[in-house]
Amino acid sequence: MELGNVEKILEKYFEASTTVAEERTLREYFAQDSVAPHLEQYRPMFNYFSIAKEEKYTKQVPLKPRVNYYKWLSVAAAVVLTFGIYFGNQYQERKQLEKDQALLAYQETKKAFELLAENFGRGTEKVAYLKEFEAAREKIYNNN
Amino acid sequence: MKQAEFLNVVMPFKDKLYRMAKRLLVSREEAEDATQEILLKLWSKNESMGEYKNVEAFAMTMTKNFCLDRLKSKQAGNLKLVHSNYTDENVSLQRQLEAEDSISWMERIMEDLPEQQKMVLQLRDVEQYEFEEICELLDMKPTAVRVALSRARKSVREELMKKHSYGIG
Repeated sequence: MELGNVEKILEKYFEASTTVAEERTLREYFAQDSVAPHLEQYRPMFNYFSIAKEEKYTKQVPLKPRVNYYKWLSVAAAVVLTFGIYFGNQYQERKQLEKDQALLAYQETKKAFELLAENFGRGTEKVAYLKEFEAAREKIYNNN
Repeated sequence: MKQAEFLNVVMPFKDKLYRMAKRLLVSREEAEDATQEILLKLWSKNESMGEYKNVEAFAMTMTKNFCLDRLKSKQAGNLKLVHSNYTDENVSLQRQLEAEDSISWMERIMEDLPEQQKMVLQLRDVEQYEFEEICELLDMKPTAVRVALSRARKSVREELMKKHSYGIG
């Protein structure tokens, strides 16, 4: 490419009025081996832009683990739910049984206490006769 | 959207996201983390992705915002500066050494630019976006983009001239 043209584009370039295509010609011009000596100073700039565009993002995009994680989460939830229902039922049944047994024990105890109370009642009836002795003793003391 | 579809959409511009992140954050590790973060965010939105006209522009804007936030946050103090060397097997050793030298120079010059100029220069001169796209990505007026671009190019030229007249390299 003729030198005059390059100089003209370069001038426009620094005023930011070049098109993308014109900028490409500049990069191409500075990429070749023979560059006019007075333009040599611009070479690093344009070469740098070309090289900077070569840089790549080399890391893996880690999308897979996240997707798998969600998939397994639902499986885990289902397992937990099933076990929960199974053992929950068992627990409920055991609780019910315990309750029934406690009620039975309560009723039996109540019956036993009632029996005891009845006998105590009979006891006090008999003790009432003791008063007769007391009265008799008083009579004897008063007479003497 | 299936994973394979998503990758097909994302693959063509993931390098651009990474380069943009690296331009702003400088360190390679930081830029890689940022890119990964952006890709995961995109993936989590993949259901609604069909609604965006231009996924690339959307992702680019996300990257820009994410990196600027990173820079602003407290963690920015911990950003590591890493100058990675580029290798290009096609050039001879002599030219490779020269090239590496001037490239690390350019790298440092660009690091010193203000963030907005960095972004404009990256989008235009490295990625060759059109002006309208840059306006949309950076949420700037066309004249503002031109001014920023012109300033960025001129300050790069100034730095290069300094180096050239000292005759280093």
